[in-house]
Amino acid sequence: MSVDYLSRKLGRLKRAPENFVSREFATDVTTSGLSDTRRGFLRKSFLGAVAAGAGATGFTSAALAQNGPDDPAIITKQMWQTTLGQPVAVKPYGVPSIYEKYLQRRESPGLTRVSAASVAFAPLQGFFGIITPSGLHFERHHQGWYDIDPNQHRLMINGLVKKEMVFTMDDLMRLPAVSRVHFIECGANTGMEWGNVAVPTVQYTHGMLSCCEFTGVPLSLLLDMAGYDKTKAKFVLAEGNDGSGMTRTIPIETALDDVMVAWGMNGEMLRPENGYPLRLVVPGVQGVSWVKWLRRIEVGDMPYATKDEAVHYIDLMPDGQHRQYTSVQECKSVITTPSGGQQLLEAGFYNITGLAWSGRGKIKQVDVSTDGGKNWKTARLETPIQTKALTRFNMDYVWDGKQAIIQSRAIDDTGYVQPTIRQLRDVRGTRSIYHNNAIQSWKIDTNGEVSNVQVG
Amino acid sequence: MFKLVKPALAATLLILGVSSVWAQSAEPYTGIGRAATANEVNAWNIDVRPDFKGLPKGSGTVEQGTVIWENQCASCHGSFGESNEVFTPIVGGTTKKDQETGHVLALSTNTQPQRTTLMKVATISTLYDYIYRAMPWNAPRSLTPDDTYAVLAYILNLGEIVPEDFTLSNENIAEIQNRMPNRNGMTVDHGLFMPTGKPDVQSVACMKDCVQEVVITSFLPDFARDAHGNNAEQNRNFGPARGADTLNPPLKQLPGKDYQVKVVAVVATAGAAGTGDAAKELFTKNNCAACHAANSKMVGPSIAEVATKYKGNPEAVAILVKKVKNGGAGVWGAIPMPPHPQVSDADTTIMVEWMLTGPSK
Repeated sequence: MSVDYLSRKLGRLKRAPENFVSREFATDVTTSGLSDTRRGFLRKSFLGAVAAGAGATGFTSAALAQNGPDDPAIITKQMWQTTLGQPVAVKPYGVPSIYEKYLQRRESPGLTRVSAASVAFAPLQGFFGIITPSGLHFERHHQGWYDIDPNQHRLMINGLVKKEMVFTMDDLMRLPAVSRVHFIECGANTGMEWGNVAVPTVQYTHGMLSCCEFTGVPLSLLLDMAGYDKTKAKFVLAEGNDGSGMTRTIPIETALDDVMVAWGMNGEMLRPENGYPLRLVVPGVQGVSWVKWLRRIEVGDMPYATKDEAVHYIDLMPDGQHRQYTSVQECKSVITTPSGGQQLLEAGFYNITGLAWSGRGKIKQVDVSTDGGKNWKTARLETPIQTKALTRFNMDYVWDGKQAIIQSRAIDDTGYVQPTIRQLRDVRGTRSIYHNNAIQSWKIDTNGEVSNVQVG
Repeated sequence: MFKLVKPALAATLLILGVSSVWAQSAEPYTGIGRAATANEVNAWNIDVRPDFKGLPKGSGTVEQGTVIWENQCASCHGSFGESNEVFTPIVGGTTKKDQETGHVLALSTNTQPQRTTLMKVATISTLYDYIYRAMPWNAPRSLTPDDTYAVLAYILNLGEIVPEDFTLSNENIAEIQNRMPNRNGMTVDHGLFMPTGKPDVQSVACMKDCVQEVVITSFLPDFARDAHGNNAEQNRNFGPARGADTLNPPLKQLPGKDYQVKVVAVVATAGAAGTGDAAKELFTKNNCAACHAANSKMVGPSIAEVATKYKGNPEAVAILVKKVKNGGAGVWGAIPMPPHPQVSDADTTIMVEWMLTGPSK
């Protein structure tokens, strides 16, 4: 089925019958307006063009007609067809349709006890493509968020540099900017599922995940401007301007590679909840290192063991040791529709769709199973496929109405294959909280309800 | 790909024939950025590393720490750092033996219900850095270095790492590092730090007959069906699927095309933002809800309890606005209410009036 589909040409466009009047006639109408004579000519020309088009593609409208009840949505004149709509700029900053109100960032009940040190998960079940709408980007704050005046914001670079420097937003935004699409995933995403199934939907299992186009300057450029010590520099400390003064250690190799100091997100400035006016973008690395409200970069020669890399964001192994400075988000994928907590109405065709990503590069392949992992088929990857960015996959599926367990498994361009939860537990146990990139299983029951399960 | 500056740099080096350990300051970006002053660097460069670089001079006693703790820390962390109400506990789960080995035994035997801060943290510098940088939670950067030493001394005493009469200072902190119960409990021997790190879990992409039998090992119990609310209200009500109606038992069979689940209807007009909504928004925005619920006692009294206590008191609004602003203690139990100077009187008045009248209606 999917092979047939692949061989079909997508997007067959039919030309509109636009040139059905001569250029002279069009000019005449434009300058002199439409007289009755001209109207009659136009009508005849249009009918001729439509007939020619229908003849060329070989169908008649009669062949598509059916008997049966008429749809009132078509038969009844609707308010939006018969009354005047709203003028421009009623909403100078546009907002989604009121019918989209069900898709919101949500907290997971019982996960945290103070909403200023909490997380709101993104509704992945409702997203299309790979870009996360700015207003639905997941939120995670450690000491509340602020809307910081860009004119009062500064970035300092200090430590092992020739010249300790201060940049204003004016300074930074004059520099040669780059734009890149990257995913951001919290290290604790899917963390509730290490031991067992704990939450019902993809919003809560995987919703500490977003992907946006970020615009800013490479950190390497700023480090070069300050003249970092190429011999001694081993790590940088990134620090936020909020009450938590969020701090994280980043290896200099990472800092010089593709890290950005960003102000833009999806074509506009960052949202306050995402660090307005300046945040660090650390592609492939867990979200906590993407320090928001970025105020300082210190160049140093050893890791800093800050609170969020010495008390939290440390991964407990079965032998009682904690892995410190775990940062890279390994290759992972999840089906977003059909997914946990959804209800299918009937059997038949569905487009299994989901997201794949890797902190080590590009997605090379995604396989989908509909029988709990016995057999797998390779899904279609939608373009663009970008490094350290979400990649959308799709697969045709005809659900026969019987119980099915659907899974996706991603492979990145290093050859790494997304593991099962059992393979992860064999190495890391069940108490590490962070970096769970296991294959996700959703069970479709005979009643059409989809639920979160783990399989052995 | 990001090295926009590199070609220019290479050219400069070639022409001048210089080599230096310092990355060359980039001349092309004339007029952008400036040198930081010494005072500016001092103001922001507050981090303290594991080797104590950055640690300010100062000292504090357990006794001084006790006073600061009661006034500024206990409302979230409990009098003995044991509270699990607002944050996970700071103290508990470590032994004298752990102080000798530098490994917290309970981490491998899994005999503690929860990991406390002292069970996890390997570096005492982390605690100093974080307390000084970010505590108290609602008034960060308000502690002096001496205050910070005192608070840290109090925590260490609670963890039985230092005695009651101890004075912690920049002079002896390195010594105390050698008593930290989990000081040997961290490893960087893994592939998730450096960009070149190697994965620890290997899998293969089997395509056919990969498992003999599929066994479901875990699923959500029935009682958790509505634990995350009504899924029907967390999905579009059109498209390939609906959200399952989790306020009701699962459907007996496939519902068919015309299935309509009961959800809160979309109202086409903008909701009227009355005082109640505004007050509730302020209440949430200012984090009052962290301690005060509508009807049940949390860290602080419920809104209903406050409303009942001040019912009929003509001074109620004035008293409570002052209390919110300046903080208070002793009315509702041992845990004091912290001051909230950042909230305007106007906003506080709206919230207080709503608390006294709004929610109960």
